[in-house]
Amino acid sequence: MAEIPEDEYLLKCTTACAGCSSALALRYVLKAAGPDTVLVVPACCTSILQGIYPNTAFAVPVYNIAFAAAAACASGMSEAFASAGKKTKVIVYAGDGGTVDIGIQALSGALERGTDFLYICYDNEAYGNTGMQRSGSTPIGARTTTTPGGKTDAKKDIDRIVAAHNIPYQATASAAHPKDLFEKVRTALATPGPSFIHLLTPCPPGWRIPSDMSVTVGKMAVKTGIWVLWERKYGELTINGASRAVMKKRLPLKEYLSLQGRFKGITEKQVNELEQQVEKNLARLAKEEAGEC
Amino acid sequence: MLTVATGNKAVAAAVKAAKPAVVAAYPITPQTEVVEQIAEYVTSGEMDARYIPVESEHSAMTACIGASITGVRSFTATSSHGLLYMHEMLHWAAGARLPIVMANINRSLGPGWNVWAEHTDAFSQRDTGWLQFFVGDVQEAYDTTLMAFRIAENNNILLPVMVNLDGFLLSHIMQSLETVEPGDYIPPLHLPHRIDPENPAGYGVLTGPTDHFRFRWEMERAMRNAPAVIRDAEEEFFRQFGRRYGPTEEYRCEDAEVVVVALGTLGKEAEVAVDILRDAGIKAGSMRIRWFRPFPDLDIGDRDLVVLDRGYSFGFGGVLSSEIRSKYPGASIYSVVAGLGGQEVTYDDIAGFVRDRRMGEEFWFGVDA
Repeated sequence: MAEIPEDEYLLKCTTACAGCSSALALRYVLKAAGPDTVLVVPACCTSILQGIYPNTAFAVPVYNIAFAAAAACASGMSEAFASAGKKTKVIVYAGDGGTVDIGIQALSGALERGTDFLYICYDNEAYGNTGMQRSGSTPIGARTTTTPGGKTDAKKDIDRIVAAHNIPYQATASAAHPKDLFEKVRTALATPGPSFIHLLTPCPPGWRIPSDMSVTVGKMAVKTGIWVLWERKYGELTINGASRAVMKKRLPLKEYLSLQGRFKGITEKQVNELEQQVEKNLARLAKEEAGEC
Repeated sequence: MLTVATGNKAVAAAVKAAKPAVVAAYPITPQTEVVEQIAEYVTSGEMDARYIPVESEHSAMTACIGASITGVRSFTATSSHGLLYMHEMLHWAAGARLPIVMANINRSLGPGWNVWAEHTDAFSQRDTGWLQFFVGDVQEAYDTTLMAFRIAENNNILLPVMVNLDGFLLSHIMQSLETVEPGDYIPPLHLPHRIDPENPAGYGVLTGPTDHFRFRWEMERAMRNAPAVIRDAEEEFFRQFGRRYGPTEEYRCEDAEVVVVALGTLGKEAEVAVDILRDAGIKAGSMRIRWFRPFPDLDIGDRDLVVLDRGYSFGFGGVLSSEIRSKYPGASIYSVVAGLGGQEVTYDDIAGFVRDRRMGEEFWFGVDA
């Protein structure tokens, strides 16, 4: 495994919330990417944690762009750098709302066109910077400010949508597993063409957990199997790290749900529904890894 | 080189000559020929550019923004609903001070579906911070597209430029075209705020009211710099290539008592109407406005103005006549709303508007008696 560099590109004094795991993860993303990198950020939590003009907490250029536009902006940049003979890496760091909802068209277009870039969707499962309204990525049963009674619809499966584009490299990652994330970013950036990493980032205020619990909750997501670490290189799927053991034995979902205030009030029926989704997803991934589908 | 081209092909030829690094575009009637021709140039190797076949106009403008901020030249073309779909990113391009050039083939908006000429698409983008030109013939479409790059990229401007051509009436008609080799007429682009990983900066981070206000003032200051820069670009164009342009094109205005004011092809049609009226002893002239933003100073004197509008602000008035009235409150104006959705407006019709003018009133051609 590559050594994680000591260089810092996400500096101190961000305006992130206490315990923000997306900022934590981004620190490792940038360490993996290095200095010849441009970060493209649509409207999301990362647009407001950079600091206030003329200050920035980043030691790489950050281009902020409109909500629906991140992947298209990266397309233009990637082609422009290539035309100028530059090797500058283009990374989109976008929230789940900007990815699975309003930004999905631009994302799909950029993937289909074979844009040479890395798109990271950091998923805190709601519209975080506007105060935790539901997104397409919010799981069933979770309370948000626009689903005060708990969300009744299932989480949109962006990974299968992205998979349908047959891109060279696709992975999931977790802010609670930074080494795995670091390796995946390195692999993605070494792979020509589009890469996509779906990154789970527990959000203390949104998930209604104490600010020192975001890593614990992130690890529990993996242990219960509701979040599975895997990567798919040129169509070959591998289940990674902590998720390998989970394929054989996982903790009950309640151990993950009960840590979070947002699931207070989730019904037994919804818990069962979630358990079934987890089982189905694990079975599908196991089959794919075994080459049976 | 002397050739024959449609308005669309003239734009494409000018873009080829301007050598952008990136073209991102989405097809829409009646703009399609522009992007098809550019795709052809790129495929055949006549143009050394990256052509990004985006999935929407919103992404077309965004991809141009992404390319432009790295310091390279970029171009797109659109029309009608495509322009409106870009609207958010038009503000972004101007606010980010990016010298993107775009051809907009003026077309009406639905519903119902109507693909013919109207200026509502461009008028709806009036306040985005883009410079806007309206052209009247194929040669002017070519020449103005070339000038647009020089103007946009001038470091006293650094605002995007939109070149407007009437759908079908200009985009699809064939006229003679003299192409040029622009050489140093368009100097290399030096974007002072381009992205540079060796000098990292935050672009568009959270900005408080004081700085926001200053940035918006700087956009207006650039707009106020624009007339001198455009005049210089037009003057230099004349010096190098022999064709002269200005903020307006005036025809037989010197002793005119009534002047037809219009944009685009209606302004060309008005010249024929003027000849008809002059033959009948009416001292008429015409003034075709080429710059819409920045809006130019007009020499209107105390003459009657018959203003033709291919776009309307519902609940207020014809857009061009409102602009003129706003700039010259004492102007004597007969506001004629004509040509919406490609309605045919002949030179005889225009001569009729002048003969039957009722100063201070508004007339909807084909609706009002």
